[in-house]
Amino acid sequence: MSILLLVVLVGIAVWVIGAYNGLIAAKNQTVNALKQIDVQLKRRHDLIPNLVKSVQAAMDFEKDTLQAVIAARNTAVNAAAGLDTQHVAATAKAEAALTASLGKLFALAEAYPQLTANANMKQFQEELTSTENKVAFARQLYNDTATSYNTKQQQFPTNLVAGMANAAIAELWEIEDQAEKAVPNVEFRRGA
Amino acid sequence: MNLFEQQAANRRKSRLLIAGFFLFFAWLGLGGDWLLYQATVVSGEPGGYRHVVPWGGIVMAGIAMLMVWNIRRTGADKVLSSAGAWALETPESPAERQLVNVVEEMSVASGLPAPTLYIIDDPDPNAFVTGQDPARSHLAVTQGLLDLLDRDELQGVIAHEMGHVKNEDMQLMTLVAGLAGAIALLADGTGRILFRGSRHGVRLGGGGGGRGGKKGGGLIVIVLVLWLISWLLATLVTRMLALAISRKREYLADAMAAQFTRNPLALASALDKIEKQPLPTKAIKHGVAHLCIADPLGWKATRNPGITGELFSTHPPMAIRVARLKAMGFQAAKKGS
Repeated sequence: MSILLLVVLVGIAVWVIGAYNGLIAAKNQTVNALKQIDVQLKRRHDLIPNLVKSVQAAMDFEKDTLQAVIAARNTAVNAAAGLDTQHVAATAKAEAALTASLGKLFALAEAYPQLTANANMKQFQEELTSTENKVAFARQLYNDTATSYNTKQQQFPTNLVAGMANAAIAELWEIEDQAEKAVPNVEFRRGA
Repeated sequence: MNLFEQQAANRRKSRLLIAGFFLFFAWLGLGGDWLLYQATVVSGEPGGYRHVVPWGGIVMAGIAMLMVWNIRRTGADKVLSSAGAWALETPESPAERQLVNVVEEMSVASGLPAPTLYIIDDPDPNAFVTGQDPARSHLAVTQGLLDLLDRDELQGVIAHEMGHVKNEDMQLMTLVAGLAGAIALLADGTGRILFRGSRHGVRLGGGGGGRGGKKGGGLIVIVLVLWLISWLLATLVTRMLALAISRKREYLADAMAAQFTRNPLALASALDKIEKQPLPTKAIKHGVAHLCIADPLGWKATRNPGITGELFSTHPPMAIRVARLKAMGFQAAKKGS
């Protein structure tokens, strides 16, 4: 009888260890996926001042647009500083605003033939397109990882050890529809 | 079939392949041992050399082991150098810079380390990955691919290749390329031995027949014939093997590409463009064909779906691949609206 009890207890202990470790692994994957986004965001933020500098001369009378890009970029930098798995929404919003302002900038730049023909500008467009794609793909990976982490900690019986593993629901990186729609970036991507 | 099943299947197939290769070599050696045993022990002169220890089998097994070890170590380099690929270390042209960016994007999307990049100076569009370790994969694309495709299409093709890395197709395909190369080398050698050594073989069999009786002599001839046939079959078998492993995985890698890029239509359009190029990829040799995104031999079989296309090509019919991708795109569009 006591042997049977022992077997059951050992079985439970083994299960708890497994479930706990599984949750921790999922949590670390989620944190790591978010870090990947962060890396790409930094690259994006670093690119923008150079971009603005290079178009400034040609687009002097579009000062408002340029300033809007700078402002959006600074907001995004501040928002990214507070990025963790519980606080994703603020960054997501700031990045969407930045994307929208950049879209406007490039749409206006189309009107300046000497700018669009410039090899430097073309390279900037390529770099920015690539960084935006990287942000998008990193977000994809993060959302997938975070969803599987969230599902894991909510499902029975793993949810019994969720408290022990300090598991908390990770916030998904939602894209606001309006912001996405406001980006005329797609056309310009085709031309690249 | 999902990702993990495919990974497990690939590992299992790799192990089976290595075991089969090993056994095949041992059989070649042991066949020789048996012949020598018949000639020296059963019907040889008393007091002469007696072939008791199966040295042939031991030596051949040892050679097989060394070959597998060598293929594991240098297979990827050999595949790359046989295709004349050069490493892209510092991107110079806008197209090369774009390629580096696209590969980095797909590395982010797939969560895999970025592969080292190689370019093949061939005007026909094609691409492949090779390597023995997802952390050290090598991606080669032809100049023709860079010239032909736009950014989104290139992204689709790179995503397809990263799909092969994630599925662990890459290791198995590199192993097959290495083994096929090794066996092709052997078959060449055997052909030469066979033509030069036929008189030799008859004399060996005849000598046994004269002393040991008709029955033993007949058996020796049968084993000899079987042995030689298996040498010759080797090339054919490796070819069939490469065919068997290549087709289903292309569909899966296409699906993975759609998952990474969320843009199946771009890959569909890339495949369509690649298929419409009439020239074969000259730089890519026969033994590496199964690694590529599209059949480099420009074989007609991929052009018409049907039983011949399914049976005799290294790649599934392009029309079916494009149709499947378009179906994915259609479903995604329906869900999105």
